[in-house]
Amino acid sequence: MNSLVPLFVIIPLGSAFLMAIFGRIIKGFNKVLLPLALLFLTYLSIKFLLGAEGTITYQVGGFAPVAGVPIAIYLAVDGLSRLMLTIISLIGFLACFYSISYINIYTAERKYLILFSLMIAGMNGIVISGDIFNIFVFLEIASIASYALVAFGIDRQELEASFKYQVLGGVASLLILFSIGFLYWRTGTLNIADISTQLPYGGIFVKFIAMVFLVGFGLKAAIFPFHSWLPDAHSSAPSPISAMLSGVLIKAVGLYVIFRLFFNMFALSHQIAMIITVLGTLSMVIGGLLAIGQWDIKRLLAYSSISQVGYIILGVGIGMLILSRQGNTAVASLAIIGGIFHLLNHSVFKSLLFLSAGAVEFRTGERNMKKLGGLAEVLPVTSSTSMIASLSISGLPPFNGFFSKLLIIIAAVQAGYYLLALLAVIISIVTIGYFMKMQKFTFFNRSRVFWQDRNIREVPFVMCFSMIILALLCFALSLLMIPSLRDVVLTPAVNVLVEGLKYTNAVLGY
Amino acid sequence: MREMAFLGFALVLLGFWAMLTRKNILRIIIGFTIIDSGIHLIIVNLGYLPGRTAPILEKGMRVGDLSKHFVDPIPSALVLTAIVIGLAVTALMLVYAVRIYERKRTLNIDKYRELKW
Repeated sequence: MNSLVPLFVIIPLGSAFLMAIFGRIIKGFNKVLLPLALLFLTYLSIKFLLGAEGTITYQVGGFAPVAGVPIAIYLAVDGLSRLMLTIISLIGFLACFYSISYINIYTAERKYLILFSLMIAGMNGIVISGDIFNIFVFLEIASIASYALVAFGIDRQELEASFKYQVLGGVASLLILFSIGFLYWRTGTLNIADISTQLPYGGIFVKFIAMVFLVGFGLKAAIFPFHSWLPDAHSSAPSPISAMLSGVLIKAVGLYVIFRLFFNMFALSHQIAMIITVLGTLSMVIGGLLAIGQWDIKRLLAYSSISQVGYIILGVGIGMLILSRQGNTAVASLAIIGGIFHLLNHSVFKSLLFLSAGAVEFRTGERNMKKLGGLAEVLPVTSSTSMIASLSISGLPPFNGFFSKLLIIIAAVQAGYYLLALLAVIISIVTIGYFMKMQKFTFFNRSRVFWQDRNIREVPFVMCFSMIILALLCFALSLLMIPSLRDVVLTPAVNVLVEGLKYTNAVLGY
Repeated sequence: MREMAFLGFALVLLGFWAMLTRKNILRIIIGFTIIDSGIHLIIVNLGYLPGRTAPILEKGMRVGDLSKHFVDPIPSALVLTAIVIGLAVTALMLVYAVRIYERKRTLNIDKYRELKW
């Protein structure tokens, strides 16, 4: 299974090149190749998720370590990477399948699919890489592809949003490069596992590097003080791309790397854990409150992303706080399971919400809730899948969102952070509020029946298919609460974070 | 070579100042490239060791002595990669600046009022 690891980068990168060469000559080549490639990646990642154990490493170029010093570029696939790979490939496949119909409203279909493929290659690369500079390179591949995709419509708003995203994303990348340079200066290596053995414990210098990393990746993940680009960029992009950006990209590029570096590379420190938890709580509260006033469907969903990412960080941050003061490991792993479970759930229901917002826009050409209404009768599939996703993100049983929020709140109470638990409950109620507003004004408001004088039909089968699969996943992921299933999917990912610096031994094989 | 590192820091600060205070899109992009160059200077400087030469293997050199004669080549390799990435990002930004100007007929960010909320 070791030799299969590079395929996660090779397949999307290779299909991007094939599409660039043959897509112009052979008609329909792009629309067949990319979904098939992503379907194969989904199969491969699920095979890894269910079949593999422990950390799988692959040395690029096959250079063996000399005297215990790693020379080759390491690819390391452990529990957390396997979970992320599955999310990226699955959501990527569904969004790409949906795009086959959706892309007809734009002209440059080939370029869209090439950029989509490069974005997947970049995200897969970040997740499997065990080398910090390679993380930077793959991060730039994913980011540059997403800058171009956000402005794919080349309209006034889209260009403005993409420019804002480019400037802030570019500054984030520069800060990350800056701290990678200093990390190399201090440790003489770029391998994450090796850095964690060389890095001195504590000290002002390490804290400075950690803070610069946090700002850089916080900008990429749109945590509270750095969130201003997200509502513009995610609402201006074509809908399948919004689904990829909100559902997957901010997690693979931002959250995954933050968790990887702060648990597995830096030694846990109480101050950093406190900063991360506070920022997570603030983004949860402020994102939720700002979402209430939005009238553009996709903008509301984008603000809700900020809030839900806050939940994820809150869960993992509580775990980090407990671990950093050598508290109860069981409570810490409960909190981290809640966070990681919410990450998985959020990628499913948020991409479903963006896809159904895209379906509404595809048929009506309108995103402003004040002008929509009564669509439930003409778009039954879109309306019901969107309703399932709204109930799920608001945390109502028996959908998956309920269980992950419950785990986070229980862990917060057990750890003694009553204020955080209370805030999580309050924001959950606020979430129900703004999603019911969206449902009412878009799908149910019969006083303003939007479609009467127009001919509006349900969206094509291809688009319905992706939405129905995601809606079924909203039910199915609740099953992860059953301990035997949880041990296969979530527990390996959580153990990687809880065990912290044991990552080094697992990768380098000491 | 220590002066080079300070020059790099100065460029980074100058670039941030330009990005934060200028209103013209092109000047923001210029500020971005100044930060980029500053960071490249700093990283190249981190690998420099006084009194050593470029890491090029010639005839008659013994492999055991190499680590005593050469500067660290990895920071230079990192900076080469980073320069290429910076080129791509800057090119994309400039293309979008041109497109924005075509649509809005202005480069002043204070006059862009469509995405304030």
